[in-house]
Amino acid sequence: MGWFIRRIVQSVIMLWIVVSLVFLSIHFVPGDPVELLLSQDGAAPDPAMVAMVREQLGLNRPVLEQYLDKLGELARFDLGTSIVDFSPVATEIGKRLPRTLELIAAAAIISLLIGLPSGVLAARNPKSMFSRGAMFVAGAAQSIPVFVVGTLLVIVFAQLLGWLPAGGFVPFSRDPGKHMLLLIMPAATIAIGLSAVVFRITRSSMLEVLPQDFIRTARAKGVPARRVMIRHALRNALMPVITVFALQLGGLLAGTVLVETVFNWPGLSGMLVAGVNARDYPVVTGVIVVVAAFYIGLNLLVDIIYGLTDPRVRK
Amino acid sequence: MKHIFSSPSAILLTILVVGALLAPVLPLHDPLAMDISGRFAGPSASHWFGQDEYGRDVFARLVFALRSAILISGSAAVLSAIIGTAIGVAAGYVRGLSEAFAMRVMDIILCFPPLLLAMLAATLYGAGPQTLVPVLALVFVPSFTRVAHASVMTVRTMDYVDAVRLMGAPTSHILWRTILPGIAGPLFVQFSFVVAMSVVLESGLSYLGLGVLPPEPSLGMMVGAARATFLDEPWLLIAPCLLLTVVIILLNAFCDHLRHLLDPRRSTGN
Repeated sequence: MGWFIRRIVQSVIMLWIVVSLVFLSIHFVPGDPVELLLSQDGAAPDPAMVAMVREQLGLNRPVLEQYLDKLGELARFDLGTSIVDFSPVATEIGKRLPRTLELIAAAAIISLLIGLPSGVLAARNPKSMFSRGAMFVAGAAQSIPVFVVGTLLVIVFAQLLGWLPAGGFVPFSRDPGKHMLLLIMPAATIAIGLSAVVFRITRSSMLEVLPQDFIRTARAKGVPARRVMIRHALRNALMPVITVFALQLGGLLAGTVLVETVFNWPGLSGMLVAGVNARDYPVVTGVIVVVAAFYIGLNLLVDIIYGLTDPRVRK
Repeated sequence: MKHIFSSPSAILLTILVVGALLAPVLPLHDPLAMDISGRFAGPSASHWFGQDEYGRDVFARLVFALRSAILISGSAAVLSAIIGTAIGVAAGYVRGLSEAFAMRVMDIILCFPPLLLAMLAATLYGAGPQTLVPVLALVFVPSFTRVAHASVMTVRTMDYVDAVRLMGAPTSHILWRTILPGIAGPLFVQFSFVVAMSVVLESGLSYLGLGVLPPEPSLGMMVGAARATFLDEPWLLIAPCLLLTVVIILLNAFCDHLRHLLDPRRSTGN
């Protein structure tokens, strides 16, 4: 029990440090941060505007007071308001986060459906043409930048073949069919790189399990080959796959930025990119804090699952 | 190390890198010079790869884009390698509280997804290479620290290190002359890996308009700009996509090659 509590406390401390650093980042900027945020193309900003934004961000108060207020606000899930259109950041994130998560979930399912079976097949005979070919394809799939993959998919399936729309978003409640159609390409784009990761981990993990004694025993007592592969070998090879997969998913929350931009998917990234371009500090920090919290939470979850299934970890 | 050019990836990569770095002295067109009469002109004797939507020479832009990608990723990787290795070696050798502190700091840096950290920096400091290089360097410091730290932990108790210490060598000599050469292998592999990751990140940020700033050419930006005119000018899109992909595949292959050269035992499993 002590191990679990220690691990949770560690994550909370980590989150606190990350939030503090993001909060303090605006104070690391040399000169007046507000003037810097508001100046466009070197032109000096309107002093009244500067004073207003400084007031809004609370930068006219002592740093410690600002910091404690910020922590209090965060505890109430208040992420401040945009300095461009004064809308509350948390509301906007609440609207957009589910769309990003949906994209990631769809990509995760696709990549497991591709990566796991192909990894098992490739491990069954590592010298076969299939195994070598799949390793090569996986290497290439992992190498190509995700926005290149997305752009090429748009060109082939939207512009040349005309099978799928080039991008956009329709709420599920309004038109479920159209919604799923628009989901296919962005999800597939993420899944191409992700399934390569799943494939490689599954394959190498299976290759480590297969030579072990209990597999030989299972074969010797006459268990059918397919059953040995899935019930005996895959179950034992799954742990590293789950770990790497979960960590990848955490990274994806940030990685979808590019894919969402390619396909005009209105998730967190559109908000983030617009925020960076307008130098809308509250929007950018809000998104980053939410993503970092997810990332830390996911890491904690993986560790806890690990701790539950394998008591040796809890030392 | 004498077999470093024993892989085609190493040779091709060297040609690309040297060619790109020499771009300013090569007889190329000015990558920024516009030529309205030559908008979307096809390949010709003077413009090998044709001209883009402003009539700029595509071949020169590709070469200069590759050059800035290499310069940005290379300097970021060198910076992070120096800082990360120094921290890792010192932490692994000194042990104790400073070690625990250094490694916790690295954990914290790893909490920030690289792309988001770069975007936060771009918001605060403005986009461009002067922001990008320090951010990329910061992002990759932990990877070098971890590799250096882990390697030092295994090397520090070895007999040859003890022998040098017993001969009365100062700590700095032990760290830089005795231990560092012993752990150089994994660090070189990490370095090639970090360069590849930086190229991917840089191109992605440039695609979003947060990396290299226009009108300077960058591969990511060229991909983004050419998408609108793809149906009429497919080559403008295919060329940067192809170059970017080839460079990254070569970098990854070179990374595998290095790993194989420096540690043949561990690389056979995969």
